[in-house]
Amino acid sequence: MKFSRRTFLKASGAAGCSLAAYAALPEKFLLWAEEQGMLKASYVPTFCEICFWKCGAVAKVLNGRVVKLEGNPAHPGARGKLCARGNAGAGLLYDPNRLKTPLIRTGARGEQKYRKATWDEALDLIASKMKHIKSEFGPESVALFTHGTPTDHFLPLLSAYGSPNVGMPSFAQCRGPRDVGLELTFGEGIGSPERVDLTRSKVLVLFGSHLGENMHNSQVQDFADALAMGTKLIVVDPRFSIAAGKAHSWLPIRPATDLALMLAWIHVIIKEQLYDKAYLDAYANGFTELAAAVADCTPEWAAHETDLSAESIVETARLLGHNAPNVCLHPGRHATWYGDDVQRSRAIGILAALLGSWGREGGYFLATRTSLPKPESKPFPEPAKAPLNLGNFPFAGAEGVTQEIRRATISGTPYPIKGWIVTGTNLMKAMPNQKETIEAINKLDLLVVVDVMPTDTAMMADVILPECSYLERHDALAVGKGRSLSISLRQPVVQPLYDSKPGWWIAKQIANRLDLADYFPWQNLEEKIQAQCALWGVNYQELKKVGTITIPNSANPYITAEAPAEFKTGSGKIELYSKELKEKGFDPVPRYTRHPVPRQGEFRLVYGRSPVHTFSRTANNPELHELYPENEVWINSGKAKDLGVINGEYVVLVNQDGVRSNRIKAKVTQRIRTDCVYVVHGFGAASKSLSRAFAKGADDQGMITRYAVDPICGSTGMHVNFVRVEKEGVHA
Amino acid sequence: MPKYAMVVDQRRCVACMACVVACKKENEVPPGQFRTRVVEQVEGEFPKLRMELRSELCNHCDNPPCVYNCPTGASYKSPDGMVLLKKNRCVGCKACVASCPYDARYINEEKGFADKCTFCSQRIAEGKQPACVSTCIGKSRIFGDLEDPASAVSAALRDNHHDVLLASAGTNPRVFYIKKFGKPE
Ligand code: SF4
Ligand code: SF4
Ligand code: SF4
Repeated sequence: MKFSRRTFLKASGAAGCSLAAYAALPEKFLLWAEEQGMLKASYVPTFCEICFWKCGAVAKVLNGRVVKLEGNPAHPGARGKLCARGNAGAGLLYDPNRLKTPLIRTGARGEQKYRKATWDEALDLIASKMKHIKSEFGPESVALFTHGTPTDHFLPLLSAYGSPNVGMPSFAQCRGPRDVGLELTFGEGIGSPERVDLTRSKVLVLFGSHLGENMHNSQVQDFADALAMGTKLIVVDPRFSIAAGKAHSWLPIRPATDLALMLAWIHVIIKEQLYDKAYLDAYANGFTELAAAVADCTPEWAAHETDLSAESIVETARLLGHNAPNVCLHPGRHATWYGDDVQRSRAIGILAALLGSWGREGGYFLATRTSLPKPESKPFPEPAKAPLNLGNFPFAGAEGVTQEIRRATISGTPYPIKGWIVTGTNLMKAMPNQKETIEAINKLDLLVVVDVMPTDTAMMADVILPECSYLERHDALAVGKGRSLSISLRQPVVQPLYDSKPGWWIAKQIANRLDLADYFPWQNLEEKIQAQCALWGVNYQELKKVGTITIPNSANPYITAEAPAEFKTGSGKIELYSKELKEKGFDPVPRYTRHPVPRQGEFRLVYGRSPVHTFSRTANNPELHELYPENEVWINSGKAKDLGVINGEYVVLVNQDGVRSNRIKAKVTQRIRTDCVYVVHGFGAASKSLSRAFAKGADDQGMITRYAVDPICGSTGMHVNFVRVEKEGVHA
Repeated sequence: MPKYAMVVDQRRCVACMACVVACKKENEVPPGQFRTRVVEQVEGEFPKLRMELRSELCNHCDNPPCVYNCPTGASYKSPDGMVLLKKNRCVGCKACVASCPYDARYINEEKGFADKCTFCSQRIAEGKQPACVSTCIGKSRIFGDLEDPASAVSAALRDNHHDVLLASAGTNPRVFYIKKFGKPE
């Protein structure tokens, strides 16, 4: 039916004819109708899930269609603003490539052949396979890989079923070593959102972290505020990032040598007595051992390692010292680089401790001490077998070490893993060495993927379940532990499209079929949320209207005389020297080791983020695809000239194991060192069902065939591969 | 009568593109077209480099060549300073597109008229900030009334040295750029 203005007027004039009948009306028409006063927009608050900052968003809905998303001014992570991806959130909701019905595999694994199924058929199949695995191998033989809000539904399902084996790539492929390093030093991590007090920092240091390109809404807002207020910025990065472009000192460090720079800074700060003596006396242990350990880490030594000048190292160390304690050494987020990442994070923590910046203005602020009572729930069964998701890593976190589950799936030891449930993560793109992932998947009796989009991992699954997008569902209340405690609601803005279902419904349906209904003792998630609100004294009706509630007087950001710092380490103090590490056979003070360097003709492959994409999950989003449809490989102009590569032409990356990438555009630039190349992570989709993203750009993860496992926590350093750059069509 | 203007504080821009997407969503800009963009300009040689980030949009010029060159009177300067377009008068002749020295206009092929940044006049009418300003992560884009000395734009221009793009073109832009720190000399 074609709509002209006249037919619309007639239609709306006809008695009983509601606009809802025309749910498929184009957006421009709706906006026009709104302008004419025929339609009234409604505004529904929820929170974003395009990345994991969980910004409060308000959706403008016209006639059942989301036409615009804006930041919720009441939400501390958004403050009325959304990033490019958040603004483009409806692109996910209306992506025609979305998973629409349950699918059951008909071809061989990886052949991407599926048939439609009903929910009953798909869920029954999953339940019968899970029952079979349980009786044959035990419930521990099913593992869960998860990220984001689906975890709130599927982790309880896994625990109720009786398996402890969860693996979240957010640990071993991302934040794990950072959190462990800081926990070993201060007794707790820095949280997410990171508790960095940027707007009060006199000096801010970024190690590889490329804020601005790496988009975490409120943190980047703070970053810009800090810059405007004159915070001195030091950026340590082999690439002239956007942040480096704003820096007072850009230190274009040789990749893999950051620890040498940090140890030299510690050396200078100790030698020149720039540290906060009173703070260390009150709060820290092991200063003498630390001083002895860094005695040889002179700026001249570090200059040689890092390819920076000794003067610039001394100068920046002094800048830090003279501005203590209002110095923020940003510990980064994606910290899995070289396999000694816990120790690098320790070094950052030690520097922060020397400068007295934990719990002080402009450093790291303290987490809220207010907490909410835990709702009662049926206790989960005790697994009969020990978890295998922690490997032999003494400091692996409860989020699990993904590749340990993968390894056990391949080897069958210490016991077999026969089923994987994958929610909210695209494992093929998140985990290094895709061959191993495929090998493991081929050993499975059951691979279930729950997702909104037909990701590369979904297209390996036996059963694919279409979850509805974040704009169509309830999820668990988000409790934000920033400066203050906040509670945010995710609620459906529109009804689910197609035959997609919310994650909570899917988990509950599987539980019902496994006789685990007792663990999901509510009709729908809203009922559970309401009960939780009642327990916490939160007015649910109010929350529905405002989206976010911040608990008053719940902030205690700094150490004060009345509230001295508490450290939950073994000694109750900041551990400059870690007894815990020593006992497990690791260096108690970080020690620098030299990593391999690229051979002649090779470059180290480093990767990072674009502000308009979240890993691989947004590559197919129409609005974001338009802005950055495929990644480029950044190559130093001089090197490109030697290779005869010109800006914008397609090249191929070939790694040290002979793996060739998709073709990728060369970005020939002065903005990068000669010993590395850089790509934005998450491109080169293999899923043919992603019409925009399929085969666009190169998949960095495909090049990451090698990874350096951190022996302390099991995280996988992934900046350890070397590639050659070949002109397209030229085969060696 | 207000005198609307925008100030772009380039020190604060982080090239995050939130403005670009917000603008496209707010104004249904067709695929492949943009009312605003963020230019990344780098000079120098490794490691001595300098970067400029510049978000660009229609300058709502006080001396607007697009308006003078519009044969149908579709493009006009509104009393509050915005350069706008009467869509029903536009014949899509592209005279304005060609005459804009800032490459700020495009032809909406689907609908057959010229289009460009409107300072989100529909939002201003509702008392809101333009979409790009409201979502600007760096608070780099500032919008307001030059006639109001207390407005954010007036304050920003008072406190900072500022420029316009292609001043020599004589267009008298209403979009101002703050590049450096400090007060005007
Ligand atoms: S930072 Fe952007 S993508 Fe992430 S939650 Fe916030 S608005 Fe969404
Ligand atoms: S003022 Fe409105 S139309 Fe102009 S660039 Fe900003 S969002 Fe786009
Ligand atoms: S939203 Fe603001 S900070 Fe981000 S690119 Fe646009 S002008 Fe720059």
